[in-house]
Amino acid sequence: MTDCVAIVIVSHSPEVAKGAADMVREMVGEEVRVAYCGGNSEGGLGTDVGAIQAAIRKVMGPKGVAVLVDLGGAETNSEMAIELMADELLGEVVLCDAPIVEGAVMAATEASGGASLDAVRSTAEEFLS
Amino acid sequence: MAPDLVRRLREETAARIAAHTDELTALDQAIGDGDHGFNMKRGFEAIAAAAEDLDALALGPALQKAGMTLVMKVGGASGPLYGSFLMAWGKAMTGDPPTREDFAASLAEGVAAVKKRGRSEAGEKTMLDVLVPVLDAITQAQGDPIAAARQAAKDGLETTRDMKATKGRASFLGERSIGHIDPGARSSALLVETVCDVLEENP
Repeated sequence: MTDCVAIVIVSHSPEVAKGAADMVREMVGEEVRVAYCGGNSEGGLGTDVGAIQAAIRKVMGPKGVAVLVDLGGAETNSEMAIELMADELLGEVVLCDAPIVEGAVMAATEASGGASLDAVRSTAEEFLS
Repeated sequence: MAPDLVRRLREETAARIAAHTDELTALDQAIGDGDHGFNMKRGFEAIAAAAEDLDALALGPALQKAGMTLVMKVGGASGPLYGSFLMAWGKAMTGDPPTREDFAASLAEGVAAVKKRGRSEAGEKTMLDVLVPVLDAITQAQGDPIAAARQAAKDGLETTRDMKATKGRASFLGERSIGHIDPGARSSALLVETVCDVLEENP
């Protein structure tokens, strides 16, 4: 549904990204759109700006997108990806400062109730605080 | 500046990074995740391979294009950091060929972009501990700016050894990061040295 905030999961590892997305679908259901990517452009551990942009494109809508990342490079590459696609974004896209798996599940749970992007991000970020 | 400057920079940076991949990897294994050597190699190979697109460009647009290539290809934090650096540097470089003032002023924009992207300043055991002193040296040099840049890169790199990392993966190690040269500072020093060598080929 496009009236929910969407979730994008960005990990260094394709398996971690897929696993986190699977957990979201299992625990929250299908109503929140979730996209994920992991691995560098050669399939090794890392993140890929082009793949991050593709994941955002796949799920973005007017309510915005909450992005969950794992380690440093995933954060920096996600910020870069968002900046470089500023012209085509349909809504706001924000990074959540939260653990990737727990943050994704909490963010999706909040999003499934139709919450705003700010609320989704706060819920994800408050999880461990 | 020599007409084939872009070609020489493209070739020589890729060759030096390739020759030092193992060294960068070893440094990064000590305090990071060990991917810096291969990430840099992949990025500069991609730049080297973009010959047709790059060599026809003036230095400023070529730097921007090379920066975008790093952003899209590297896959680690060094991609957006070096990518933002080259993109901002190239964008601000107006003269063709640039004067020394153009070069320094635009380089300052590049260094500012690294600070912004990494939310960091010099003194935190990063590539900025090389880039900031090199920029200062070029801006303030009374004599030969290339010699000043070389020395500043060398000295800056060495200062990272005794620093405690507070940014990036190395910060997880806290005190244990002390005693190791920062891999990002090493790749920056290597690139500064390479650029100085290429600039001196055709004075």
